[in-house]
Amino acid sequence: MAYSAQDFKKGQPRWCPGCGDHFFLANLHKAMAEIGVAPKDIAVISGIGCSSRLPHYMATYGMNTIHGRAAAIATGCKVANPRLTVWQISGDGDGLAIGGNHFIHANRRNIDLNMILLNNRIYGLTKGQYSPTSPRGFVSKSSPYGTVEDPFRPAELCFGARGHFFARAVATDAPGTVEVLKAAYSHKGASVCEILQNCVIFNDGCHASVYDKKERARNAIYVKHGQPLVFGENSEYGLVQDGFGLKIVEIGKDGITMEDVLVHDAHCEDNTLQLKLAMMGDGDGFPVALGVIRDVEAPTYNDAVEAQIEEVKAQKKYHSFAELLETNDIWEVHN
Amino acid sequence: MNIEELSEVVVRFSGDSGDGMQLAGNIFSTISATVGNSISTFPDYPADIRAPQGSLTGVSGFQVHIGADKVYTPGDLCDVLVAMNAAALKTQLKYAKSNATVIIDTDSFGPKDLEKAQFQSEDYLGEMCIDPDRVISCPLTTMVKDCLADTGMDNKAVMKCRNMFALGLVCWLFDRDLNIAFNFLREKFARKPNIAEANIKVIQAGYDYGHNTHSSAHNVYRIETKEKVAGRYMDITGNKATAYGFIAAAEKAGLKLYLGSYPITPATDVLHELSKHKSLGVTTVQCEDEIAGCASSLGASFAGALAVTSTSGPGICLKSEAMNLAVIMELPLVVLDVQRGGPATGLPTKSEQTDLLQVLFGRNGDSPMPVMAALSPTDCFDAAYEASKIALEHMTPVVLLTDAYIANGSGAFKLPDLKEYPAINPPYVPEEMKGTWTPYMRKEDGTRYWAVPGREGFEHILGGLEKDDKTGAISTNPENHDLMTRKRQAKIDAIPVPDIVVEGDKDDADLLIVGFGGTYGHLRAAMDQMRNDGKKVALAQFRYINPLPANAAEVLTKYPHVVVAEQNMGQLAGWLRMKVDGFCPAQYNEVKGQPFKVADLVKAFNTIINK
Repeated sequence: MAYSAQDFKKGQPRWCPGCGDHFFLANLHKAMAEIGVAPKDIAVISGIGCSSRLPHYMATYGMNTIHGRAAAIATGCKVANPRLTVWQISGDGDGLAIGGNHFIHANRRNIDLNMILLNNRIYGLTKGQYSPTSPRGFVSKSSPYGTVEDPFRPAELCFGARGHFFARAVATDAPGTVEVLKAAYSHKGASVCEILQNCVIFNDGCHASVYDKKERARNAIYVKHGQPLVFGENSEYGLVQDGFGLKIVEIGKDGITMEDVLVHDAHCEDNTLQLKLAMMGDGDGFPVALGVIRDVEAPTYNDAVEAQIEEVKAQKKYHSFAELLETNDIWEVHN
Repeated sequence: MNIEELSEVVVRFSGDSGDGMQLAGNIFSTISATVGNSISTFPDYPADIRAPQGSLTGVSGFQVHIGADKVYTPGDLCDVLVAMNAAALKTQLKYAKSNATVIIDTDSFGPKDLEKAQFQSEDYLGEMCIDPDRVISCPLTTMVKDCLADTGMDNKAVMKCRNMFALGLVCWLFDRDLNIAFNFLREKFARKPNIAEANIKVIQAGYDYGHNTHSSAHNVYRIETKEKVAGRYMDITGNKATAYGFIAAAEKAGLKLYLGSYPITPATDVLHELSKHKSLGVTTVQCEDEIAGCASSLGASFAGALAVTSTSGPGICLKSEAMNLAVIMELPLVVLDVQRGGPATGLPTKSEQTDLLQVLFGRNGDSPMPVMAALSPTDCFDAAYEASKIALEHMTPVVLLTDAYIANGSGAFKLPDLKEYPAINPPYVPEEMKGTWTPYMRKEDGTRYWAVPGREGFEHILGGLEKDDKTGAISTNPENHDLMTRKRQAKIDAIPVPDIVVEGDKDDADLLIVGFGGTYGHLRAAMDQMRNDGKKVALAQFRYINPLPANAAEVLTKYPHVVVAEQNMGQLAGWLRMKVDGFCPAQYNEVKGQPFKVADLVKAFNTIINK
C-alpha cells in the first residue's frame, strides 16, 4: 500500500513559528510515506522537551514519556515487539544530558531504533538554559557569564559508544533530511540522526552557517557512500588525507585531480575517518558533514534476543509452565 | 542411647561463607520435606562480598525448621548448631537454645582460628559457657581427608566436601534416610559424577561417625509427620516462587513475559531465574540502570507484553518516575520490591518492611497504585500471579512487596495446577469500537481499554502530560485534570480484593494481631503459642494493602486490643489510621534486619493483652 505524508499527520503543532521542529516534522511525515510502513506498525517515542512533543503530531502509535528515558522505553518496546518500527525522538538535553546513559547503552547494544537527536544546542521548553551541546563560553540564562564546560559532540559520543550508524541533516533541508531518515530506517540496529535545527527564540542562528541553502553550499559537505568527498558551490574543493588528519584541497590547483580526493566509505568498520568527517566544521575551517557518515552492519540486540530464545527452545525439553515444574526435584507425599 | 520423638526441631548450619552451608542446609530440608515434614528455611548471608576466611564477618548460616505439624517460621533459636569453625561458633551461638547440641570441627579451632575469631584462650567452650556434654567435637577435616585420600582429589576439592560430613552427622542425629541425599547429589552433579560420589562417600562417613561414636550425644531424634497433605512438592525460595508466578501469569494471559531489571540484592535471583527460561519465551533485559529497568518494562507493556521490573528499595527510588508514568498512561506493569534494610544502601542482605510508604506515596502528584505483599516463600507464587492479573485487567502498575527473609527462605511448595487458577483477561479494545474509540474511554469498572500497537484504526499517543478525558489529547483544563485524577483514584479503589481472613479466635479474641506480608509466619506462630497458653488471640495479616479489603475497618475495630506488628517504625499502622476512622492500635516495631523472634512477640503481646 502506498502512503502519503498526510497519512502520518495528526493535530496542529504548537511549536513557535519558525522553529526547526516544524521543518523536521514535515520531513519525517514525508520520509515515513516514502518508507511505506503502515502507521499501525510504527511507534514514535519521545522524552520531554520542545521536540519531544512530536509524537502528538503523528497518526501512528506513540508515547511522549518522561525526561531522558525515551531510549530506554523504546528499547523495551522494540525488544518486546520486534515487528514494530520504533522511532525515538529526543532533543539535545533529553538525549544527551538527562538521557545520556540510555543514549550510549542503546548504541552499545545496537537495538534497532531510529534515534533522532534534534540538536538546537539549548534548553527551549524551560526557556533558555545552556545544554550539553552548547559551546564553551555560551551565555544563557543559567550561564550569564558564559559556560565553563565543553560540550558533547553527538557523533563522538555515538562512536565512543560503538554506534554503527550516524547521519546528520539540517532541519530545513528537506531532501537531505528525508534521505538520512530513510537510511536510518533501512539500517538494522541503532541509527543516530543528528538534526541541526534552529531555536528562533533562545538560540537563533545556532546553525547559521548551514541553515539556508546558500550557506550550506559554502559551508557543508554532503557525504555519500562511494562518492568522492567534494564540496563548494561548484564542487571545487575536496578532502584528502594528510598525515593523521584531513586537508582541504582545491581541485585543479597544484596538480590536484579528482583521483586524489578521498572517496567516502560509510560501511568501513574502522570509524577513524568517519569520525574525522563527523567532527569537522566546529570553527576549524572545514565544512560541516551532512548525510550518512557511518552505516555499518552489525548484529542487532533484538534479533539476537529472538535468536537466543529460539535456540534455547530447541535445546530445552520444557516449553510450558507445567513442564517447567517437572524440571525440579519433586517428592510425593501420600496420605 | 535414646530415640526421642520430637514434634519439631530447628537446625542451624554455620561456617565460613565458602563452606557450603547453604547446600548442606538445603539438602537436609529437602530430605525432611520428602518424608513429609513441614519445613521452613532461612539463609543468613554475610554482607561482606568475600570476608577473609575464618573471620567473624565471613560467617554464613542456614537455618531449617522441620516439624511434624505445620511450621510457619524457620524458628527463633536452634536445637542443633553446626559450627564449622571458631568464628561460626563465636557468632552463631546466640541463635542456639541453651540446651542445644553443638557440632564442631575441632580441626578448625587451632590457635590461628581462635585468634581470628577473637577468642582469648584455647578454652573456647569455657569462654562461651558451653557445657561440653552438649558438644559433638569431631576432627571433621581430618576425617574428610582420610575418607577421600584414595580418590586422587586435590586438597581444595576435598575441603569442599566438609559440609557433607556435617550433613551426614546431622542426618544420623535425626535418623534421616540418606538415599534421598544421594539422589539429590547425583542429580545436582550429573555432569561431574566423581564429585557426586565423593560427596556421597563423605555423607556416609559423617553418618557412620555419628553412629559409631554416639556416646557423645544424648539422643537421636525422630520427627514423625502427623498430618500430611497428599500431593507432589518441591522446595522453593520466595524469589523463585515469584519468578514462577510471573511465568504462570504470562502463560495464562497468553502474553510474552518481559523483565527489565538491574542487579540488586536481594532481588537479583528473580532476574537469574527468569533469565534461565528462554525456552518458555521469557525475555529478560539486564538494563543499564534501575531507571531503564522500569522504563524499558513500560515500553514492553505498551508493546503488549506482561511487563515486570524487579528491584529492592533503593531501586524503587530510581524507578518511581517511570512508575508514575505508568499511572498516568494507565498501562499494566508489575513492580517487584524485595525489601531490604534501609535507608540508602542500608543493610543490603537483611530484611525489613520499610518500603511500604514509599511504594504507596513516593511519587509526585496524586498517584494511586495497588500494593500487595506476599506472606511466605510459597505465597510469592500466588502473589506474583495475582499482581500480574490485577495489572493486566485493570491497566495499572502494581507493586508486589516481598522481603529478603521470604525471598531467600524456602518452604515446601505443592505443585500448582494452572487450570485451577483464574483466567487473566486484559481489557483489549473491541474491534467494533474502531472509529469511535479514544485512549481514555473506560469500561464500567473504570478501566481504560488496551490498544496494542499493530492494530489498525487504534493508533494513539499516550504520555506523561495530562490528557483530555474524552479526546485523549493533551489538556491543561482544570476541570478535566480534577476529573482525571478522580477517575484514576476511583479505578484503583474499585479493584475487587478478597476480604481479610481473621485467623484464631475470630469471634472473641481479646487481642487482634495485625501485620502484613512476610511476617505472617512469625505472627501466626506467636498467636498459636498464646492460644496454647489459654489466651484469646486473633490474627489479621494484610496481603492486599491498596486497596484495602472491604472488611478491613470492621475487623480492625472489632476487638478490645489491637497491635500492629511490623518491621519498620509504624508504616502500616499509619496507613491504617489514615484509612480507618478512629483506629488507634498499639504498635510493635522492630528493625533489626532479622526476622521477628516468636518469643519476643509473645512477651510483648502478653503485655498488651494484660493492659
